[in-house]
Amino acid sequence: MADRPKRNADGKNQPHLTLHVPEPSYRPDADDVDFSAIEIPEAGAQSRPDEACDPEETHGLCTDLIRVLGDDNRAHGPWDPKLDPDTLREMLHHFALVRAFDERMFRGQRQGKTSFYMKCTGEEATSISTAMALQPDDMVFPSYRQQGVLIVRGYPLIEMINQIYSNSGDKLKGRQLPIMYSSREHSFFSISGNLATQTPQAVGWAMASAIKNDTRIAATWVGEGSTAEGDFHAACTFASVYQAPVILNVINNQWAISSFSGFAGGEQATFASRAIGYGLAGLRVDGNDPLACYAAEKWAADRARTNAGPTLIEFFTYRAEGHSTSDDPSGYRSAQEREAWPLGDPVVRLKNHLIELGEWDEERQAEMDLKAAEKVKKDTKEAEKNGILGHGMHQPFHTMFEDVFEEEPWHLREQNEQSQAERDKKYPDGVPH
Amino acid sequence: MSETKDKPKPKQGRDATGDDRRLNMIEAINDALDVAMGRDENVVVFGEDVGYFGGVFRCTAGLQEKYGKSRAFDTPISECGIIAAAIGMGAYGLRPVPEIQFADYIYPGYDQIISEAARIRYRSAGEYNVPMTVRTPFGGGIFGGQTHSQSPESLFTHASGIKTVIPATPYDAKGLLISCIEDNDPVIFFEPKRIYNGPFDGFFDRPVQNWKSHPDSVVPEGHYSIPLGKARLVTEGDQLTVLTYGTMVHVAKAVLEEKGIEADILDLRTLVPLDIEAVEKSVKKTGKCMIVHEATRTSGFGAELSALVQERCFYHLEAPIARVTGFDTPYPHSLEWAFFPGPVRIGAALDKILKD
Repeated sequence: MADRPKRNADGKNQPHLTLHVPEPSYRPDADDVDFSAIEIPEAGAQSRPDEACDPEETHGLCTDLIRVLGDDNRAHGPWDPKLDPDTLREMLHHFALVRAFDERMFRGQRQGKTSFYMKCTGEEATSISTAMALQPDDMVFPSYRQQGVLIVRGYPLIEMINQIYSNSGDKLKGRQLPIMYSSREHSFFSISGNLATQTPQAVGWAMASAIKNDTRIAATWVGEGSTAEGDFHAACTFASVYQAPVILNVINNQWAISSFSGFAGGEQATFASRAIGYGLAGLRVDGNDPLACYAAEKWAADRARTNAGPTLIEFFTYRAEGHSTSDDPSGYRSAQEREAWPLGDPVVRLKNHLIELGEWDEERQAEMDLKAAEKVKKDTKEAEKNGILGHGMHQPFHTMFEDVFEEEPWHLREQNEQSQAERDKKYPDGVPH
Repeated sequence: MSETKDKPKPKQGRDATGDDRRLNMIEAINDALDVAMGRDENVVVFGEDVGYFGGVFRCTAGLQEKYGKSRAFDTPISECGIIAAAIGMGAYGLRPVPEIQFADYIYPGYDQIISEAARIRYRSAGEYNVPMTVRTPFGGGIFGGQTHSQSPESLFTHASGIKTVIPATPYDAKGLLISCIEDNDPVIFFEPKRIYNGPFDGFFDRPVQNWKSHPDSVVPEGHYSIPLGKARLVTEGDQLTVLTYGTMVHVAKAVLEEKGIEADILDLRTLVPLDIEAVEKSVKKTGKCMIVHEATRTSGFGAELSALVQERCFYHLEAPIARVTGFDTPYPHSLEWAFFPGPVRIGAALDKILKD
């Protein structure tokens, strides 16, 4: 017989309830960061079901971790996508470019050339390797940390920089916060500041593709923090109900600004295991393993493209840098975490794999990195000819009133005239540049 | 300007007696959807209970049978998901016509409407647009209580990038809905459910009328459209101008008739963009303006109308602008007729504004 509960001060023999508030393992003062409790299975040990399998067959993969690249820098197991060396070098080149781009844009923000920037350091494989597994005209609904998709799709760096600097060359006419890109030509949906809204939109796009008997599929990316939004639930439900040809990529980089993944429900269950309850196929992938990222996205793309249904993929990775240029992570997490992260750096892992294959060497890597930095520098200088933020060479004032509606209604026309009168009064000799 | 005079002549209908074809508002909406779907295979209709069952108000009856499950279908009970799916479909190139079962339940989809649908053309500099028409029954007078009676139009008129349209007759419902569906901007199409079956005049203790005897229930077959942004002059008169829309068009008209007042009643039909020319012209003629809506008063659309009239017609005004609205309370169930801006409240406002 169990012990009788002790009586509380109020005389009742029931325990007082306590609120569980998740707490990350390490805070800034921690100098003993140790991630050995994270289970890292052997590369190649995970089974690979057929793409057309029932969702239940993926349940084991929702709590496992699909890995291809082992500590020996070799590819292992059934998820090895068997990419040829040229494709691997192309992937490595995209990595080099996005990393050089992030470095320079971050610096540009610090130099006051723009107001804001967000890096994707450490998460490059989750956008670049995955985008390489899609067709170029598959529609993507990204969050703000998938600049790698644009790099893969050949979107000109100059256009990205024009947007970041909100200059006279900015295709979005200076209306959007930096990095909220949009390119219909590259099947890249307009990025919104409102989190997770893109996830059910991607499902709707995929439903439309199915309604029209098209062959294109949709993919969306969302951070693990934003999976807590109601929109993510709507996306999973609609994807499941209509068996929409869509891939729901969840980038679990452990951090949502300052709150660790426990505040999105990550303490009790993996994010991939969300798939189980919705009847979706689910995969959990080493997000720093470029081959595993490619293979998982390809599996899900093939599944969607053959009408076999949607897939939810959790990419388990680590946000190596601050959330944004406005964020200082030393205020909430240990600086040691990045080095201690057990899955390493995706760029280094791919490089070492190519070297192990005898298809690459450190000299060529150094040359590639240098060329990437030079390319970014050259394009930045070119873009800066169109101006930088706040230095006059922005869009004409009247453009502020365009595209609210297809046609300008009377009230916007009046406000447009008012705006012009304000400028004329302030600058009687014309607006200075 | 007013559409009354250049309204196309209704064609001979299919009524066996040879009379013009008369429809109630539900039938007119159903007809508009049928016409739009028949003309453009990119038009898709969906929402809760919209598919097989044909909608809880029957507005989508028969569409699934006629156009198939991929054109007219049921959805999960998720307003966020319904609107978001429509946005994604719009980005693809479809012309989605989602239904929100009651306007009172549009709020879970509000972020998707305001932050997304209304902004996508602007934020993408025209790369993407959302040619979506959200249909949703709104308004009270049906003992719907707090969550089947609301009039949330001002929550949408306040957001840039979205159009707000409200019909008051079957003829307008069809013509305006077709225009909304063909419009390339996102539109909220509020359907006054109190007048789905008949033109409610606010005298709740009298027998209910149906549309069959009303001239605006003559609805032509086939395609026609009524331009957005144009008001309809319901009656003409010099004593005052009444600015209103939806159910309240009929209530205001009945009260003015009872009192023998001759006024310009303007059925605004589109709140954004507003037919400011028609408003200005009428108020400058009459010198007096009364605004009538069911929605609660504070920050309601009447406040915007009042401000616009004050700014543009100040030197023509002979009396303070009157606002007759619902009270600033949630919509009550048992006290419905004390809340509803009916004949008594309108009559008192008329007495005051016409005193001089």
